[in-house]
Amino acid sequence: MSGAALPLRAGWPRLQPGLLLACAVLALVLAWAIAPGLFTARNPVQGIPGAQLLPPSWAHPLGTDGLGRDQFARVVYGARESLAGAFVAVAVGLVLGTGLGVLAGARSGWVDAVVMRLVDTLLAIPGLLLSLSIIILLGFGSIKAAVAVGIVAVAQFARLSRAEVLRVRASDYVEAAYGSGGRFGAVLWRHVLPNSLTSVLALAALQFGSAILALSTLGFLGYGAPPPTPEWGLLIAEGRDFLARAWWLTTAPGLVVVLVVLSAERISRAIGGART
Amino acid sequence: MTARLLEVADLSILYDGRPVVQDVSFAIAPGEVLALVGESGSGKTTTAMAVLGLLPPNGRIARGAVRLDGTDIARWPERRLAALRGARLSLIPQDPVTSLNPVRSVGAQVAEVLRIHGERDGPGLRARVLELLERVGLEPAALRAGQYPHELSGGMRQRVLIAIAVALRPALIVADEPTSALDVTVQRRILDLLDELRRQDGTAVLLVTHDLGVAADRADRIVVLRDGRIQEAGPVRQVLAAPRSAYARQLLRDAPSLTTHRHRPAASGGDLAVQVRGLVQDFPGRDGAPFRAVDGVGFAVRQGTTHALVGESGSGKTTTARCVAGFLRPTAGEVLVGDTDVTALRGEALRHFRRQVQLVYQNPYASLDPRQTVARIVEEPLLNFEPVAKAERLRRVAAMTERVGLPGELLARHPRALSGGQRQRVAIARALILQPRVLVLDEAVSALDVTVQAQILALLEELQRGLGLTYLFVSHDLAVVRLIADTVTVMLAGRVEEAGPVEQVFQAPRSDYARELIEAIPGRAAPQTLESVP
Repeated sequence: MSGAALPLRAGWPRLQPGLLLACAVLALVLAWAIAPGLFTARNPVQGIPGAQLLPPSWAHPLGTDGLGRDQFARVVYGARESLAGAFVAVAVGLVLGTGLGVLAGARSGWVDAVVMRLVDTLLAIPGLLLSLSIIILLGFGSIKAAVAVGIVAVAQFARLSRAEVLRVRASDYVEAAYGSGGRFGAVLWRHVLPNSLTSVLALAALQFGSAILALSTLGFLGYGAPPPTPEWGLLIAEGRDFLARAWWLTTAPGLVVVLVVLSAERISRAIGGART
Repeated sequence: MTARLLEVADLSILYDGRPVVQDVSFAIAPGEVLALVGESGSGKTTTAMAVLGLLPPNGRIARGAVRLDGTDIARWPERRLAALRGARLSLIPQDPVTSLNPVRSVGAQVAEVLRIHGERDGPGLRARVLELLERVGLEPAALRAGQYPHELSGGMRQRVLIAIAVALRPALIVADEPTSALDVTVQRRILDLLDELRRQDGTAVLLVTHDLGVAADRADRIVVLRDGRIQEAGPVRQVLAAPRSAYARQLLRDAPSLTTHRHRPAASGGDLAVQVRGLVQDFPGRDGAPFRAVDGVGFAVRQGTTHALVGESGSGKTTTARCVAGFLRPTAGEVLVGDTDVTALRGEALRHFRRQVQLVYQNPYASLDPRQTVARIVEEPLLNFEPVAKAERLRRVAAMTERVGLPGELLARHPRALSGGQRQRVAIARALILQPRVLVLDEAVSALDVTVQAQILALLEELQRGLGLTYLFVSHDLAVVRLIADTVTVMLAGRVEEAGPVEQVFQAPRSDYARELIEAIPGRAAPQTLESVP
């Protein structure tokens, strides 16, 4: 029976429309971050006097804010800030977390116990509170906020990579690798890491979405990039003051954040699903 | 017996549009046992599931009919079929571990089938459940009914599944590899039970099995399937004694339980390659007290011969083999490979010892890294020990893979693109590339189909003669052991029950347990004219 079902899984997963859409959203946002000038001719920081709080129109697709700045330009330029922050956050979480997790999983014994208790401590503190505390320690700034968000993600990366390493370590082929004379480092490098990192990658994609959300939250609360930097969370926060008069100031960047997070989640699911 | 209970006519089944069963026809009379025999992928399970209307969602009956008492049920809607299943047709599934609900008591699960088909709750229902459990030999029934699946052994779980299948006295039971996951002695008792119940109730059985020996013992007629087509069909005696199709002849030749024993040249008096003395292995037990898996085991193997460790699950045979391969440090005792005491080795010394003893695993799907190519897998031991130039390394990898009968174009493939037999050849090539003296084979052919199994056994035999290898062959399959081993140790509950040359142990077993094991080998009912099979 299993033999009959096999060919279905072989090869690349079929490209579903949802997955394509998710890739398109992320590609567009990535293009905004790399070359924002291609998408808008307007200045995101300099306002146009007398053009405050204009509703969406052909000239200003997402309207203008309280200082007369083009909201679309601010969203486009904000992509760089938000994506760079998310990349830094995921990199910090991925490197630190996976390093700790692999160490704990591969070494077991007291190393495992110490590392995992540390991770448990991280998990015990609510994520937002933890990142706020880290920002207070490190000081304000967009990169520092990103590092704080990354450190919060360490716990999840560590737990997942440890579980994966333990799973792979128990497999026959790892024992066979030791049996054919492999040393610890060689077995780890040749067999354990390549086989345990697929789901860690899936988590990285997922965390990318959450990092954007977390950074926006910090920006909204005023702990991220300082104004007038166009950062998505900050945009939402600034628009809040005009919620009754200019709904587009909060709605547009909010929708962009939601779309990017959903797309990252969808892609993460595709990576995780391709594994089995 | 001209009446036909079940008639399958020109049945063709597609999985996602791909044909897996084509033009299969057979009929079962009331009370008859029909065996569907074939290797994995032959369509035997698919055919049986189609009879029950239980094809997976991607499966579809393209053509043909399944007639029960003359009525075609092949295209009946689920609701009508559900009323039939359990009452007129029932299933004994393959895997007793996953086929029972782990969070409900055994009694509740037996009661469920009665309740679905209209029995009311109450003392009457409970009495019937207890009666059924008694019928399948689960006693004391009142105690068993309250137990959960994890509290029962594999054989007992299979009895529960049988109780469920016979509960409503169906006219036909589909038994899908009902004993493949069980030890031989348990297998025999379960099949005996099934036979007895079937005779009492006059039930017909559609027995799906890969084991020709089981089919020979238990069936009235055999249908041999390959790649979804019938190769041969007929009464058991006729198919076994005078098979007409080439495929059936090959299956018969390759089935270890049906082959009359091969005479290996007598073990030559070489030096002792492996000596095990007073081996004891404890594992931490559940309540502090250690569990003794191996208790005072000893044996010796001469260079160039094959020694088999035989026993059922839990006998300690694999634990013993892992001590010899240096993967476990025994609690007490000595393991000498050549002049080296394996138990004393640590660190680098143990690593270098690995050159002498290599282990081949049971499951070739799990013992090869799915991310490496065949070439990478086979060259890895060389990287660990011999820093030779790349060209030389590749030459040796190519030579070794050719030696084990793998075509060169497979070198760049990943394990998932290989068949089970090819994978096991890769595992053997990896084990041999360091030119070890001893190969420990842990159930190394148990997961393979009989024809592939026969090929791997032939390869092992040829390699042994060519390279002077010593084998420690761990197996639960006595028929295979008889083919390949020179000497044998029969283990039971961690102790040696009997030991000696294979012929002596098989022909004149001294211990009761060894006798019981040998008698439980299926295929004893097969006609002895097999020797004339070309």
